[in-house]
Amino acid sequence: MKLITAIIQPDRLDHVREALIQADITRITVSRVTGHGRQEDIEIYRGQKIAPNLIPKIRIDIAVNNEFVDITVDTIIQSASHGAGEIGDGKIFITPLEECVRIRTRERGGKAI
Amino acid sequence: MSKRILTTIFLLLVSSLFHPGIAHAASEVATDTGITSWMLTSTALVLLMVPGLAMFYGGLVRTKNVIGTMMHSFAAMVIIGVIWPLVGYALSFGPGVFGGFIGWDNKYFMLQGIDESIMPTHIPEYVFAMFQGKFAIITPALIAGAFAERVNFKGYAVFIALWSIFVYSPICHWVWATDGFLFNLGAAGAIDFAGGTVVHISSGITALVAALYLGKRRGYPNNVMQPNNLVMTLIGAGLLWVGWFGFNAGSAIASNLATARALTVTQVAAAAGAFTWMIIEIFQHGKATSLGVASGILAGLVAITPAAGVVQPSGAFALGALAAVFCYSAILIKNKLGYDDSLDAFGVHGVGGIVGALALVFFIRPSWMAEAAAKVGGMWTVWQQLGVQATAVGVTVFYAGFVSFILLFLVEKTIGLRINENDEMSGLDHSMHGEHGYGLINLN
Repeated sequence: MKLITAIIQPDRLDHVREALIQADITRITVSRVTGHGRQEDIEIYRGQKIAPNLIPKIRIDIAVNNEFVDITVDTIIQSASHGAGEIGDGKIFITPLEECVRIRTRERGGKAI
Repeated sequence: MSKRILTTIFLLLVSSLFHPGIAHAASEVATDTGITSWMLTSTALVLLMVPGLAMFYGGLVRTKNVIGTMMHSFAAMVIIGVIWPLVGYALSFGPGVFGGFIGWDNKYFMLQGIDESIMPTHIPEYVFAMFQGKFAIITPALIAGAFAERVNFKGYAVFIALWSIFVYSPICHWVWATDGFLFNLGAAGAIDFAGGTVVHISSGITALVAALYLGKRRGYPNNVMQPNNLVMTLIGAGLLWVGWFGFNAGSAIASNLATARALTVTQVAAAAGAFTWMIIEIFQHGKATSLGVASGILAGLVAITPAAGVVQPSGAFALGALAAVFCYSAILIKNKLGYDDSLDAFGVHGVGGIVGALALVFFIRPSWMAEAAAKVGGMWTVWQQLGVQATAVGVTVFYAGFVSFILLFLVEKTIGLRINENDEMSGLDHSMHGEHGYGLINLN
């Protein structure tokens, strides 16, 4: 089991969600987060240019069984990038997942995902 | 001394040449402070509807579009606020030119000729010009609900400027100028007390044409598009209701019985509309929604707008209820057909306006019908008046629809109206204005 954590641009969230559903990955958790990256986002407030040091991003968490890791990652890569890819398109982290429990049935492991 | 007497006699002779039989002083109209005060108040109340509309629409869109959507209303205040005193008033209320197609009078250009003018209604003409200017501001802002969340700000700005000149001013001239052809149609003119055709049908039809021409938002209707702030929408609906008293009761251009009648029926129709909508929802879904109540308020107010001068409270109750039923059905049909009139500018203003303008004939107070019959010197029936109303509605629908399509086409092909997908997905706030409505954390 792996936990796939993707940090993406807010404007690609709908594309990613649609693509994941098409690929039968339907169990996801989405959060609004802010963070630092290489991307610079210049905003204008009353004529003054301000470069905020925290940029809004979307974080998607998906727990998957090992055979679904590749398709999930590929789907996110394809649907989250702007055109051929731009600075700020985001990152994907894959971490080993020790255990998974479904609260309703007390099931554990792969079948609980 | 004798020179002065001679001058006086000369002046009297000259003035009697120009005003045969009438002493000069008698033709001057005095300002009535009571009427002027109410009209000044009404002018401010109608302007209050524009931020009200900004809040109503602003709360209904997704978080990333709240500023862009509110800016559509504020941009109308800014852009029409400039155009109206410049040429809009002259085009709407000047004497008819081009066979009555539109008005024009050089002295109204930049309002320069009305500095001393007091109207026969005993108010300074400045007050009337500003009062009418608020109507010209809110009308194009209503259209923005149809293409919310997907238009270029520059294209929108140019579109409403052109629309105000080529659609609003001609229709306003036909319906409200004393020499307009719809003002003089039939026995006592097409009944449009405060803007059923001029404001609501014209903007509603344009909204429908725009929604069809520009196409739906990305993801509509499969992705859920939740309102970002219904609290703000409700405050906006409340401000619209309050402002509507200026809109309707002010349109009497008086402070008397007619004003009181207009105010009363406005209140009754708004409540009846909201009440009916609420009952329909309770029966259909088991729950009354706040957005349903707000929509019902608007439907009732829109329907009573043309009728506020001629119907009694029973008629207002009926018009409010009818408007709620028709607008509710129109929104259901829209969902079936799948076109994206995002905030139901056509569903509420177009449909509600048409219902009000046509159905009002069945509730006209008898004294109005008697006066109309006296004017034609015989009979004047409800059905004849319905014909007049249908003509006014038909002319407005056809003209506004046709010209708006041309304007939309021109703006789309030159400046661009529909934004590209990346800008649409990042939201108008960021892509059009470089701002966020609620700070970083609440982005969606």
